[in-house]
Formats: sequence, structure tokens, C-alpha cells
Amino acid sequence: MNVSLYDKTFDGLLTAIFDAYSLKCFPDVLLGEGEPLPLFAQHSFTVVTSSKKADRVWKALEKKWSDPGCRMVRAVWLSGIENADMLLFRYMCKTLDRQESIETDFADPLVTDLIKLAGSVSREAEYVRQFVRFRKTRDGYYYAPVAPKYNVLPLTVAYFRSRFGDQLWVVFDTLRRYGYHYDLKEVAMFTFEEEIPGVFSGILQPEQMDNEEEMYQDFWRSYLKSLTIKARLNPKLQRQHMPVRFWKHLTEKQG
Amino acid sequence: MNEKVLEKLKILAESAKYDVSCASSGTTRKGKDGALGSTSGWGICHSFTEDGRCVSLLKIMLSNYCIYDCAYCVNRRSNDIRRATLSVAELVNLTIEFYRRNYIEGLFLSSGVLNNPDYTMERMMQVVKDLREVHRYNGYIHLKVIPGASQHLIDEAGLYADRMSVNIEIPTETNLKFLAPEKDHTSIFNPMKAIGQGIVRYREEKHKYRYVPRFVPAGQSTQMIVGATPESDRQILNLSSDLYNKSAMRRVYYSGYIPVNEYDKRLPALKQAPLVRENRLYQADWLMRFYQFNVNEIVDEKYPDLDLTIDPKLSWALRHPECFPVDINTADYAMLLRVPGIGVRSAKLIVMARRHGSLTAAAIKKIGVVMKKAQYFITCRELPVFTVHEVSPDYIRTVLTVYPVKQKVPDGQLSLPFVDDSVL
Repeated sequence: MNVSLYDKTFDGLLTAIFDAYSLKCFPDVLLGEGEPLPLFAQHSFTVVTSSKKADRVWKALEKKWSDPGCRMVRAVWLSGIENADMLLFRYMCKTLDRQESIETDFADPLVTDLIKLAGSVSREAEYVRQFVRFRKTRDGYYYAPVAPKYNVLPLTVAYFRSRFGDQLWVVFDTLRRYGYHYDLKEVAMFTFEEEIPGVFSGILQPEQMDNEEEMYQDFWRSYLKSLTIKARLNPKLQRQHMPVRFWKHLTEKQG
Repeated sequence: MNEKVLEKLKILAESAKYDVSCASSGTTRKGKDGALGSTSGWGICHSFTEDGRCVSLLKIMLSNYCIYDCAYCVNRRSNDIRRATLSVAELVNLTIEFYRRNYIEGLFLSSGVLNNPDYTMERMMQVVKDLREVHRYNGYIHLKVIPGASQHLIDEAGLYADRMSVNIEIPTETNLKFLAPEKDHTSIFNPMKAIGQGIVRYREEKHKYRYVPRFVPAGQSTQMIVGATPESDRQILNLSSDLYNKSAMRRVYYSGYIPVNEYDKRLPALKQAPLVRENRLYQADWLMRFYQFNVNEIVDEKYPDLDLTIDPKLSWALRHPECFPVDINTADYAMLLRVPGIGVRSAKLIVMARRHGSLTAAAIKKIGVVMKKAQYFITCRELPVFTVHEVSPDYIRTVLTVYPVKQKVPDGQLSLPFVDDSVL
């Protein structure tokens, strides 16, 4: 069994592909540096990430992919699940091997697996766009905690940037402990060194909130209550559209 | 002051909730720097109420006072309900504050009729204008048109709203007159025509001039109440089909009649809203809009009503076994769309995938075809096993009929694990 060790970056993955072709030795398993080798590793190779090699591979791939195809690969990479890198590795190699693009070969299990994973990542990103709730803080920021299943915040920043162009906002991933903030000019990524009460838990204390914030939250909850048609109650359908894992940060499900 | 707004919000949401439309789709407007709001093609649902309906727009009435007395409406003049009117500033403020918190995708504004239609329309326009011009709000706006509003108001409103709608409510004029004596079809179809003409004019001018202000970019929609009057599905669907073809209509909504004014003897006494019929009508509507079906193929003189036990596409297929089986590897897109179990997405994927090689049953299953239905209507490389010709349409109908889930047997009662043969 061939094992390649790389630094778990996207450039690293592309370099691994470059090296596999130049050495004519394709890995069966991809591991991060420092991870223990599997029992039956015959041959292990450590990839040294090089942006030059990565660029060459990416250019070759980009030529064969459509724009949605590129976005799909990005989504799969952001999923961060265990086998995503190996899946991408095999998909990319197959793309390079074939004369024509395999993107639309939906009979190929490799392609359908990739589409399925990309689909569930973009669905998660859509959930974030749907169910993010901003709370106005005392200092005029609109703060929103999220806790998505996959690391989808980078896929949603464009939405926030385009929609809330005239307000200060912060979106913070409470699981991965990073977020984006907007200062009316640019969006920037940030991480917090130390824990700040309220921000990490996602639940702001009354003294951290703007004077009118609780009033609007109240308005929203009452509005939704009045909007419900009692003759058609269907809580199962509600949960199907709005998974329960998002409820902890939903204004309408608190208080 | 805020207590008052909260009360009004509750009352007016209560009054607006029976309007079905909540779509925020159909137009794309990128956000501007330093301004609030954007719209995206498909629209986004931001929340779901306990009845499972999506909440995309702030669906609210400007006022629920009304001079009309329509039998099917909660807000009719003779109902003794709490009444309220929001001021323009209050409503604008609510919309902006909700929007900033990502609660909503935009505003859906409707209103009871105050004084006369034009007076009401002007007040609604004031809200929309304030949002767009004073607050530079770029989000979605759906504006309900009051039946009987004048043409010049519609021409102006179209420049601010993304979508406009006039509700038909009752599909035939005689029944409309019966339930809503103050309304007639002219007052409904005239504004509808005006919007349609505005949209067509905009499309033409767009080709001639460099800059033309957008006019109702997300098109118009309408709503019909189903089950309050004895119209057949054929009448309803024929009207929808006409609207799609002639009035540049984007969407027709069907609303299963919910008995809100039980005391009115002109209305049927229903225990439950006709939810299954409503669902079948939507399915038929989809067939017309996305599956290239003609309305006469779905319902005709012989079958004036939709089959409630199976969906309209399957029902069509069982009436036309001569069109099947379809070969997945050679059939054209239009024919693939007609196979029960194959949707728009699967049909498109099949067309693309078969360029790479011929498809097997396993492959199309992976693509997302519902084999439970499709197996009787297709062949794909393998020999057909059970097509509609080997087994009869009646057999397929029985196998694929959805039976309502049986009530749970109460604890303490013994049950025998026998399969009910008569169902199969």
C-alpha cells in the first residue's frame, strides 16, 4: 500500500498529484503529516508543498472544468470530512487522465459521490444563509453566531457582503472558533485569542445588547406566532425544513 | 408606543396569514456598496412556522379595515375582529429592522380596502417609495394590488416593486359575485392586464435603449381559493393555463379553503381544508410550467377532476400506455420528462450522462430516478421486466396508490402481524 503524507492544505493536495504523476506512483491513502502510518504501508512518501507545482496542476484542471464544477470541488474540500481529500485526489486524477471532462458522466460512482458531498455542503451553506440571525450589540455591531456541520462560512461571506453593505456585522463560527467581520469597507477573517462570554456561547447577555434589540426579538417571535394557521399545524414539516440543530441560535426558538 | 406597534403587528399578521404566496424568487439584484439589501434568483426562506409554511417575506397588511364584505375573507366588514392600521413610518421601520437581522427576505404588503381602491393603493405606494428612496432599500418587495386600482398607480408601483399580484380568489365570475357581491372579474383582470402589458413593454424597450427602468422584474402572481365553490379542477387549471399563456403570469397559487367564517351559509361546511386536492393542483400546475404538458392532457371532459389517489403525471401515463416503455438511452428530453419518477433534474442529468456511455438501471437510480414508479415505463439496456404492457395499468395504480397512514393501535390491544392481501 502506498501512502502519501501531506500538510492537509489544498495546495498540498495539488502538489501530491503533481508528485504522483512525476514519480508514477499513486497513493492508496492520503495522510496528514505526523499521523500514524497504517499497518501495511509498503511505501510512504512525504509531499513538500510547492505553490508552483500546485498552480500547474490547478491550471490543467481548470481548463477541463466548468465554473460550477470548480465550485463543486471547492465545496467538497471545505466539507473537511475524512475521505474528502482522497475522493478529490481520485476525481482530479481521473479528470487529468481523460481526454474529455468527466464532469457530466453521472453514471460514474466517483462523480456521483462527489456531487452528493458537494450538494450536502452547499445545502449547509444555504442553511446558514437562511437561519443566521443577527443581534445588535451595544456598540452598534450586528452579531450572528453559527455552528454549521461543515466549514461553510467562506461560502456565505459573499452573501453577507452584498446584502448588508451599510451595517457593521460579525459572523462567528462557534465550533471552529473563527469568523468574519465587516467594517463598512472590507470583510476580514478573525479569530479570538481568549474566550469572550456571550460571543463563544452565541447567547448575548442583556447588557451586551442594544437597547432595542430585545424588543425586536420579541416582535419577531410574536409575528411568527400570529402567522401560524392553527388549522394546518404540521410540526414535522417544520423540522424537516428547519433542522433542529439550528434552533439553538434561532431567535424565534429562544425565550 | 412600542406596545402599540406590537399589538398592531400581531393583529395585522393574523389578518395576512391566509395569503399563500411567500416566494421571493424571480429577480436578481446585487447589493450596492453602502446600501442595504440584495435579492438572489431563487429567493431564501428564512424561517418556518409550526404549520410548516415558509416565511420568506414579512407578510403583513397595512390595514385590516375593509369596506368589502367577501364571504371567504377573515377581514370582511361584518366580522367582529380587532382592527388596526400601521403608519407608514412604523411599517418601514419594522421592515428595515427585521431585514437587518436576517429575519426576512423582504416585504409582502397587502391591505384591506380603505375608502376606495385608489386611496388604499396610494398609501401602500408610500411605504414602498419610502423604503426604496429614503432608506435605499434594495431587498425584495411584493406588492398586492387592490382590485379596481387605476392604471396610473399600477404603472408607478411597478417601478418600485419586484413582484405584484392581484388575487382572483374565485375562478368563475358567477361564483365570485355570489360570495363577494362588491367584486367582479373586470376589477381583477384589468389591473392584471395592466401589469402584464407593463412587463411586455419593458421587455421590448430593453432591446431598444441602453437604460430602461425595471418594471416588476419578478413578474406577477395570483391566488385562487379551492373548495369554497363547486368549480371542477378542469375549470381551475384551464384558467391557470390561460393566465400563464396570456398575462405574463409567473405563478398561480392554490389555497385550500379554510373555513374562516363558518356562520356564512353560502360556504360549504368542511371539517378539514382540502389539502390533498390543493397538492394535486400544484402538481398539475408544475406539469404545465416545467414538464411541457398541455392543460388538456391533464384534465379533459372525461376526467374533469384530478385523481386524488395518484399524482397527475402517473395518472396521464396510465391513461396512455401506448407511449411507453421509453428507452432511457435514446428518448428525447421531452419524452423523458413524461416518465413518472423522472423529474426535471433527473431528465437533464440523463441527457448529459448518456453522452459518455449507455446507462444501466443502477446508474439511473443513482442519478435520482424514482425506480418504484419509473420501472414500469422505461427500458435501459437490460430487458424490460415489468412494463405497463406486461402488467396492466390497473395493477400499477393499485401498487402505487398512497394509502393514508393508519391510526396507531392503542396500547393494550393485540394485533396480528398479517399483511393485508387485499391491498396488494
